[in-house]
Amino acid sequence: MMQTTINNKLYIIDETLLEQSLVYYLREELGLTGTKIGCDIGVCGSCTVLVDMQALRSCKLKLKDIIDKSVITIEGVAAEDGSLHPLQQAFIDCGAIQCGFCTPGMVLFALALLHKNPAPSRAEIRAAINANLCRCTGYQQIIDAVQQAAKAMTR
Amino acid sequence: MDKNMDKAFRNDAWAKVTGTAKYTDDYTLPGMLHAAPVYPNCASARILKIDPSDALKAEGVVAVFTAKDIPGSVKFGQIIKDYPTLAEEFVRTTGDVLALVVARSRAQAIAGSREVRVELEMRRALLDPEEALLPDAPLINPEHGSNICNLHHVRTGDIAEGEKHSDLILEQTFTTSRIEHAYLEPESALCHLRPDGVMEVLGSMQHPFSTRRFVASTLGLKLSEVEVKTVPMGGGFGGKDDTAALVCARAALCAWLLKKPVKLTYTREWSMRESYKRHPYKLQYRAGFKKDGKIQFVKVRMLADGGAYCSVSPWVTWRSTVQCCGAYEVPNVHADVYAVYTNNPFSGAMRGFGSPQVNFAIEQLIEMAGEKLGLDELQIRRVNMVKQGSTTITGQVLDTHVVSLSQAMDTVLKEIDYEKKRKNCSFGNPMHEQWYGIGFAISYRGMSLGAEGVDFNSAIINVQPDGSVLIETGVHENGQGSESAMILIASEELGIPKELIRYRMPSTSNIPDGGTTVASRGTLLGGGAVVKAAEILKSILASALDLPEISLKAGNVCTKEGKKLLTWNEAIRLCYSKQIYPYAFGTFQAPKVSWDEATGQGNAYFTWVYACQAVELSVDPKTKKVTLINMVAAHDVGKAINPALAKGQFYGGMAMGAGYALWEDLPVEKGLVKPTNLHTYRIARAKDLPEMKAILIEHPDPNSPSGAKGIGEPTNELMAPAIANAIYRATGVRYPNQPLRIK
Ligand code: FES
Ligand code: FES
Repeated sequence: MMQTTINNKLYIIDETLLEQSLVYYLREELGLTGTKIGCDIGVCGSCTVLVDMQALRSCKLKLKDIIDKSVITIEGVAAEDGSLHPLQQAFIDCGAIQCGFCTPGMVLFALALLHKNPAPSRAEIRAAINANLCRCTGYQQIIDAVQQAAKAMTR
Repeated sequence: MDKNMDKAFRNDAWAKVTGTAKYTDDYTLPGMLHAAPVYPNCASARILKIDPSDALKAEGVVAVFTAKDIPGSVKFGQIIKDYPTLAEEFVRTTGDVLALVVARSRAQAIAGSREVRVELEMRRALLDPEEALLPDAPLINPEHGSNICNLHHVRTGDIAEGEKHSDLILEQTFTTSRIEHAYLEPESALCHLRPDGVMEVLGSMQHPFSTRRFVASTLGLKLSEVEVKTVPMGGGFGGKDDTAALVCARAALCAWLLKKPVKLTYTREWSMRESYKRHPYKLQYRAGFKKDGKIQFVKVRMLADGGAYCSVSPWVTWRSTVQCCGAYEVPNVHADVYAVYTNNPFSGAMRGFGSPQVNFAIEQLIEMAGEKLGLDELQIRRVNMVKQGSTTITGQVLDTHVVSLSQAMDTVLKEIDYEKKRKNCSFGNPMHEQWYGIGFAISYRGMSLGAEGVDFNSAIINVQPDGSVLIETGVHENGQGSESAMILIASEELGIPKELIRYRMPSTSNIPDGGTTVASRGTLLGGGAVVKAAEILKSILASALDLPEISLKAGNVCTKEGKKLLTWNEAIRLCYSKQIYPYAFGTFQAPKVSWDEATGQGNAYFTWVYACQAVELSVDPKTKKVTLINMVAAHDVGKAINPALAKGQFYGGMAMGAGYALWEDLPVEKGLVKPTNLHTYRIARAKDLPEMKAILIEHPDPNSPSGAKGIGEPTNELMAPAIANAIYRATGVRYPNQPLRIK
């Protein structure tokens, strides 16, 4: 029996589904539509999810890649009671959100960064989020937000 | 974030940061089917046959539709109705859609689309605008009678006179790139026929009312029989008007014919193939200067490649016409600006709307002239730039608002320490390990649509019995935060906390057509209407209190002089008890503008904004790689309603402007756009960009009820020429053609 954990919930995966694309499984089967599709070829990062706290592009993953792993999507970032993660709050306060299409991927990417490096410099943040595209913000306020969250989280 | 910086306010931030915001493709309806388009493999052809029989046998395929199935008009357009929902007789560009395949799943629709057999008779494709202008060129849209989509002029003074007084005459041609909007969310539409007979449309589009017209025209319905609802949209930048409306019309067509909900979500590949682009321009300047730097005349011919369909080419090129001399006083002007039909992908609105092309040229030309005259890039601008009371090239006197151009320029140059740093420029010095350059550009920009279109808007303020407020305006949220700006304006006007105000999900059936949210007109026009509605609401409250006038402050209703009478809630309860609805409908009409098409004279825009952007960069002499070191911008925004969000517009605009200079380009081969996805169309990534600085200049505009003027577009019209100027000072070489590839 194959299983995986998505946002702390256990899912049994049928063997016939192992070759299915993860992003379509999340969006269409589970209704987790916070994961966005911007390019579908692994370039833009809109579809970023965390797999065992590693930021990966779900449009390049198949269900077989997440067996026995723990996946977190944007819907799994806030606390169960709905209160926002400090990183989410920082995105709001710093004006890091415009159209919001890149936001889920950016938040998850930043979360993975802060997990590895709780006090990154601006240059380190810039280098990390280089993987994800945003057409609206010029990244400036996204970097502000990650920096502010890092401060809030280590306080 | 710095401590004393204002926190950003967005009414949609919570939903967007938790992944609960629903964009069009995130919705599903029971029994929903999926559509996929069929494209031609060439740019110009006669359609001989479209055979769906194999596709109809494919798994899951429900139907294949062609132009023959369209109950209403096949063609539509905002200015000229030349844009086919489905190609009928001819292929005019590779983005034309020949047929739609509808299937139970999207994958099946896509697989089915490959089984549609198409027979085409190839025709000569015109891919160069100059070629399209030749007398023997076949007509791309014969019903238009010419391959010239439109032609605008400016005729000011006398060019010959200007020539006579010139000590220096400069001729230079510039070219600019075709640019993809590259909004991160591809187009999507979900349509269904409601039980009440209304075709309901959810779509990723920036102009619900234009979409409604497209859909109604395609289906042959009345406007009241189509309802377009607004859901969050993943970026527009001017790019989600025509094509996006047509995607909605196609989904609606399938839903209408099958009486089932139909979704049509574009892949990035379809989006890049089909969506309209920023016009590539050729700009041929001839300009004369006196020894002291004063411009004597400008003669310019511009050729915009409009592609196969008109879209808003006449409006885009009109702005280029009005602003063809940049932010400078020029006594003698002769301008001819053409938009030309070709078989290339069509061109339309994009953030900047005809100004990025002009600024790229003029802001280099002015420096080239200065250098020849022995004047530096500051002097030559100061001699010529518009000031308070200046007359523009179209005869408009700039005296209705503060002309803050020199303030913007001085602010930026001081912030970046220009005068000191310019001495370090390398000019291609072989002794320098890295070539250093600094550069800037300035602009003025007419606000809103100007004589391009009808400019009015409306707002509804609907106060509920418990004192909470629903507002809505005819302005569409494109991601820039216009709903939030409207809430803040209402909060200030009504003197109540913003938490009491909710922006109602807009629909074309709720409020009158407010025109398109282009030309950075959202805050100005929508905000104007909110202020007007608030005034009406005040007079309603005053009449409930039997007073001639009241004021609203800090949650209280006060006398005109500010003395508290009762609380907001008490006043609202009083209204309802007296059976007076605290409901106000306000409209704002932009002040009159004027334009004479033959001479290109008139008060083109009712107000203007001013700006300067500067950049420091280095060029590696060996690899020729350009590294951006620092970028600074100052823009007069009238009044900053939501400063953190306004700054976000600065950063995004500067980033996009840098891409315009350095990385972005959509070469077309045989009419087919070569880049197919975001791996071959390169937009700025975080490491491509330096730290940026945004400076807000505020001179509340007397013509704008809220004082605000708008900021989305001006931020995107300056970084490309600033970079070109900096690259010149780094390398010693001028690059008049985009994208700038260092030799
Ligand atoms: S959608 Fe997966 S990287 Fe773009
Ligand atoms: S906020 Fe629009 S793409 Fe990042």
